[in-house]
Amino acid sequence: MPMKNNILLSSSPHLHTAESVRNIMWAVGLSLLPAGIAGVYLFGMSAFWILTAGVISALATEAAIQGLTRKKISLCDGSAFLTGLLLAYNLPPDIPLWLPVLGSFFAVAIGKQIFGGLGQNIFNPALVGRVFLMASWPKYMTTFTKPLAYDAITQATPLALLKEHKLIEHISYLDLFLGKRGGCIGEVCIAALLAGALFLLVKGYISWHIPFSYILTVGLLTYVFGPNGIAGGDWLFHILSGGLILGAFFMATDYVTSPLTHKGQLIFGTGCGLITAVIRLWGGYPEGVSYAILIMNAATPIIDRYTKNRIYGT
Amino acid sequence: MKRLIKECVKGITKENPTFGLILGLCPTLAVSTSVINAVGMGLAATFVLICSNTIISALRHVIPDRIRLPAYIVVVATFVTICEMLMKAYAPALNVALGIFVPLIVVNCIILARAEAFASKNPVLPSFFDGLGMGIGFTLALTLIALVRELLGTGSVAGFTLAVHAEPITMMILSPGALLTLGILIALSNMIKSAFAARKTKP
Repeated sequence: MPMKNNILLSSSPHLHTAESVRNIMWAVGLSLLPAGIAGVYLFGMSAFWILTAGVISALATEAAIQGLTRKKISLCDGSAFLTGLLLAYNLPPDIPLWLPVLGSFFAVAIGKQIFGGLGQNIFNPALVGRVFLMASWPKYMTTFTKPLAYDAITQATPLALLKEHKLIEHISYLDLFLGKRGGCIGEVCIAALLAGALFLLVKGYISWHIPFSYILTVGLLTYVFGPNGIAGGDWLFHILSGGLILGAFFMATDYVTSPLTHKGQLIFGTGCGLITAVIRLWGGYPEGVSYAILIMNAATPIIDRYTKNRIYGT
Repeated sequence: MKRLIKECVKGITKENPTFGLILGLCPTLAVSTSVINAVGMGLAATFVLICSNTIISALRHVIPDRIRLPAYIVVVATFVTICEMLMKAYAPALNVALGIFVPLIVVNCIILARAEAFASKNPVLPSFFDGLGMGIGFTLALTLIALVRELLGTGSVAGFTLAVHAEPITMMILSPGALLTLGILIALSNMIKSAFAARKTKP
């Protein structure tokens, strides 16, 4: 009987873990569930259909491209599902359904598959999709509806109001925390997002370094550069509004596009915070989380290069 | 004659300045927002390319080797100035639309590259056809990119609205759209090239 070449050869250390890309992806999907349910509760069924359209389009695009390029179709690893879901979380709750469909297509096709699939992409695919939609159809992407109204009354987001120097009277920190404000489907309910983030942190799927340094930097900068000169800015408002919590815990921590070492992750998070705060305080857009993460994604290879751990013994 | 045709065709296919040599990307990316701009830019560059190739080839034994680049630039700049003046006189709208990119043809690397790599080493007639082929190749490539971008970005082609009720993808006429279209078209042209190569090697 001829010897079969089925022995796996690799260098030590030989560790095995039950974790796999598949497990982690679905765990992240699970941790996003509360925020999605909250979003559908706050904004009604239109939000649900947007989420569905985003996910289905992402899965279909992944399968179609992998089929066309004769690669193994890997829908079960959950990465396309997650891309579609995260993109839909970043969309306003009352937009025509072709937007999430096109956005997911762009996210998976241009954001991921064109680079060679999962693990090869430079930028976070969901954010690539969102920025594409933002650059192409800003009219839809900046029209937000009032929560718990269910009849599509438009309302600006708190950050947009702040940018236009309008007073924000009736919005309390508690409302912001629970998500009773205008915003994207998945970003509004901070309580639900934190519950999911806690699950990921406890399970060890994400480390605290990126979210902590990211949120801390935004808090610090928005406090220091307040509206009335140095210090005295409303830092808690800035942390609780916009897509900061969603971005810091679920998108900046993407394994593929963030640095490998903890030191690198702290630099990455601080950079994200810096860019976000600069865009919010002085930029043209009310919100800068997606641009901040994308810009730092581009810096990730160079951060990795300079924060490489010393090999033991050298 | 056969050689002349070959020199001409290679600029359109195998050595296409945009998709094969990846030269002259600055005007390619900047003016390919509409088909009319692209054709105008392409024709202007073709005119300069043919004239400069011919003159430089004719002067190739006269120009001292050590100062050849300044000499080429002077020749190219002369024709660019003629071209710009003609454009201002007869197509002022196009001149405004193309803006700074008309005078910038002087430093277009396709033109200098052809002067350096071809015209300075070959007789006048092949150089003329090389310029013609490269110019046509550049114009076609630019028009193709502009066609994709204008259609997707504004829903019209050469100013005629095609998709009336669709909401155009604004990003395609912004700079990311230029890079994206160029990248995908280069990938497609490489795919076609490798398909041809594979067919050639097969008996």
